[in-house]
Amino acid sequence: MQHEHHDPAAHEQALHGLGYGIYILIWIGLVVLTGVTVAIAGVDVRQLAVLVAMLVASVKSTLVMAYFMHLKYEPPVFRWMFLVLLVTFAIFMILLFSDVLFRSSPNVLFG
Amino acid sequence: MSQHTESVVAHKHPSDFVGAKIGMWLFLFTEVLLFGGLFLLYAVYRAKYPVDFHLAATELDTFIGTVNTLLLLTSSLTVVLSIEALQRGNRKLSIGMLATTILFGLGFMVNKYFEWGHKIEHGLYPGSEKLLSHSQGEITFFQLYYAMTGLHGLHVLVGMAVLGGVLYFIARKPVNKEHMNPTILRRFQGAARLAVISDNGNELGTVARIDEDVRNIDIRISYEHGEKRFDPRNLIKLENSALYWHLVDVIWIFLFPLFYLIT
Amino acid sequence: MASHAIVETTHEENYLQYKGRHGGLWSWIFSTDHKRIGILYMIGMFAFFVVAITLGLLMRLEQLTMGPTIMQPSTYNKVFTLHGVIMIFLFIVPGITATFGNFFLPIQIGAKDVAFPRLNLFSWWLYVIGAVTALVAVFTGMADTGWTFYVPYSVRTGTNVTLAVLAAFILGFSSILTGLNFVTTVHRMRAPGMGWFRMPLFVWGLYATAWIQVLATPVVGITLLLIILERTLGIGIFDPALGGDPILYQHLFWIYSHPAVYLMVLPGMGVVSEIIPTFARRNIFGYKAIAYSSVGIALVGTLVWGHHMYTSGQSYTAAVVFSFLTFLVAIPTAIKVFNWVATLYKGSIRVELPLLYAMAFIFHFSIGGFTGLMNAAISVDVHIHDTYFVVGHFHYTMFGGTVFAMFGALYYWLPKMFGRMYGQKIGITAFVLQVIGFNMLYFTMMVMGYMGMPRRYYDHLPQFHDGHIIATVGSWFLVAGLFLMIGNLVWSVFKGAKAEDNPWGGTTLEWQIPSPPPLENFDKIPQVERGPYEHTPVEVSK
Ligand code: HEM
Ligand SMILES: [Cu+2]
Repeated sequence: MQHEHHDPAAHEQALHGLGYGIYILIWIGLVVLTGVTVAIAGVDVRQLAVLVAMLVASVKSTLVMAYFMHLKYEPPVFRWMFLVLLVTFAIFMILLFSDVLFRSSPNVLFG
Repeated sequence: MSQHTESVVAHKHPSDFVGAKIGMWLFLFTEVLLFGGLFLLYAVYRAKYPVDFHLAATELDTFIGTVNTLLLLTSSLTVVLSIEALQRGNRKLSIGMLATTILFGLGFMVNKYFEWGHKIEHGLYPGSEKLLSHSQGEITFFQLYYAMTGLHGLHVLVGMAVLGGVLYFIARKPVNKEHMNPTILRRFQGAARLAVISDNGNELGTVARIDEDVRNIDIRISYEHGEKRFDPRNLIKLENSALYWHLVDVIWIFLFPLFYLIT
Repeated sequence: MASHAIVETTHEENYLQYKGRHGGLWSWIFSTDHKRIGILYMIGMFAFFVVAITLGLLMRLEQLTMGPTIMQPSTYNKVFTLHGVIMIFLFIVPGITATFGNFFLPIQIGAKDVAFPRLNLFSWWLYVIGAVTALVAVFTGMADTGWTFYVPYSVRTGTNVTLAVLAAFILGFSSILTGLNFVTTVHRMRAPGMGWFRMPLFVWGLYATAWIQVLATPVVGITLLLIILERTLGIGIFDPALGGDPILYQHLFWIYSHPAVYLMVLPGMGVVSEIIPTFARRNIFGYKAIAYSSVGIALVGTLVWGHHMYTSGQSYTAAVVFSFLTFLVAIPTAIKVFNWVATLYKGSIRVELPLLYAMAFIFHFSIGGFTGLMNAAISVDVHIHDTYFVVGHFHYTMFGGTVFAMFGALYYWLPKMFGRMYGQKIGITAFVLQVIGFNMLYFTMMVMGYMGMPRRYYDHLPQFHDGHIIATVGSWFLVAGLFLMIGNLVWSVFKGAKAEDNPWGGTTLEWQIPSPPPLENFDKIPQVERGPYEHTPVEVSK
């Protein structure tokens, strides 16, 4: 069940790094994406603006989590747990909006 | 009672690095949901006051926001490079990258200081008369702005302190100190002696017999390593603190467009 | 002794004898041993429990006659707030998890400790710090808002809400740390062979609980922080005068506080799932169904918070959605009840106090559950919202349910924890007093509530007078039973007869090590080869 890494050498092998290069690539990607959102915000796309901004932010944070935070290289249980977090937050958001969106309307289900 | 008493002692401090990371991620989840509550509020109020939010956001300086975004993104890079360097036994680079990370964090906070200071000088802060003369949606926008970026700033400060602590651990002379404090003396009494045993089982030297007269055993051994060797416990400390730092970055990745880019 | 000894044991120093480096008190309050931490929690929690019971008793005394009896209205407001805050944040939320969970989770999965022993100690210290903060709040103008701290009143009142809320925040943090410790422990520390479906059901309950602690608590954390910000810095995110929406406060508060009621009860259900197979000497019926239903309850429990807000002004649509979802909770709950009852069917039942408490749990929790369904129906709830009906309902679930399960756990595990048996006769007397008093008190409250007696009132109208007398007399029986039990247990811990290692013939791992457990639980990490409740069938003569 448990693996004990008392020997630093064995540990070093177990956690082999990905190399400096990939991180720098990801960083370049992140900077470019930042440029993209700032640029798009300047253009007048109205309602779409928030959507695009959130989309770009999601891509950026996915990159950070997958590579910088190693989520992509961890055992699957990490990703499962992360999914639980996302689902929970989505539930909170959806149910909260089932109230605030319909405050002034009559019951839309059995109206 | 088994002969392998030394394994009993070793079990007391199992270093399960995967477990440590799971623990850290779970902690990050709680941070996400702490901010999550504020994001929920933001979403509701934005839906309620779209125009006011739009107007209020124009008061924020997109340039400072962008600079701060780049600072945090780059600091995320440097901290991950610091991990990679430590894994490769390049302690100097690791320390350098870690220090750079903290400096970027500092830069972020300095920017924030001027940004907030500027707003407050212009009378835009919670409860100020000027703010209260704005529309309700604008008031809410600024209250959320202060609450969210304030809480985030606090996290940046904590992150810097934590990284600073790890920096200290890594920068210390690479001495490995083992400290055994056999918890159950009786297990050893009369049934054990201290010895150094090589990997293939040869006894290299006997130190002492632990007889009934021994009242307490306290063993401290320190090994001095060459420059390349690092304590694996420092690596997990660094990795977990870096996870925290990245999370602070991820939260900013969302705060930035929500406050600065919805003009 | 158990028939299958799969654990080798030697009789060596147990965890109570261990002196450590410093000995005395220090060896307790700085101990990272999960067993000692469990007991530390227990001492603190029961101290507060006694205080809060006394406050409950005082509230009932106030209602004995019409008009002021022993206190003024404003005092009553503070008393029910303090009673609620202590019972919720200092007693039942750490509850079974922090006490028996800490003590038995590692043992039941065959581990020597939790995943992060030092963090565990830290979370106990946070508990102490939170408790001290709460005490300071009491003596600097106790809040009078009720334990729910609803805005806008909590922002406007002159009482010291800030400190009370800060205490709740710190206690929440403590709870989070326990939760993440337990999730990691269950994932990483199970002994070889201890697959997910060989875990005792108590562990399943704790696992589901731990997830709720991790995922729900932060939301109330930020909500409470915002109250502090509103009171100190004038950030009025919930303040209608500043464009805020007070209903959002209720949303965020119940996003935590509804799942919190499952966080209270799931470990209790786990305890019942341990007690019943042991005293029926049978493998539990529907192991997987019970295990999954724990997770199911945790999941559905996050979907239903809006049922506290039918009359708050939330949208009709939301009310209907929340009402429907609330009814769903009944399914996993009923699954458990049916399986427990089915386990008893044709078992060779040995009636002992732990089993009596488990039965009382099922009885009370069923009443609490059914009245919960009544609350869940919008049209009914509009009538009974904020009445004694609700107060009766949640005492049936939290007190009649969780707390009775906790008492069952006390009797069940006392021999293991301290190596002593409890005094049986006094124990049974106390049990009878508790059950009679409990039902007299809270059933009457529910009836009065249904007839319109509002909650949080220090006085009542003449038509409720008889009911209040019955309830108050019930509270005397109840409190007598509680104090008798606590006294008996304290006596037993020090003076009780020596207990065997396995007095009940339990099959889970904790019964295969000495009582009290040795410092490191197991000499050698056990190899698990069978499910948790495989009792050797007892021959029954036809
Ligand atoms: C002898 C034991 C107890 C007695 C006599 C008692 C009595 C009461 C009374 C009279 C009220 C106030 C009703 C009102 O005027 O609104 C109350 C409220 C409450 N009780 Fe208890 N109770 C006891 C045990 C418990 C336990 C074990 C718990 C939880 C585990 C608990 C949790 C609460 C809560 C949360 C409230 C609501 C406080 C509020 O309105 O803010 N009580 N109790
Ligand atoms: Cu609820």
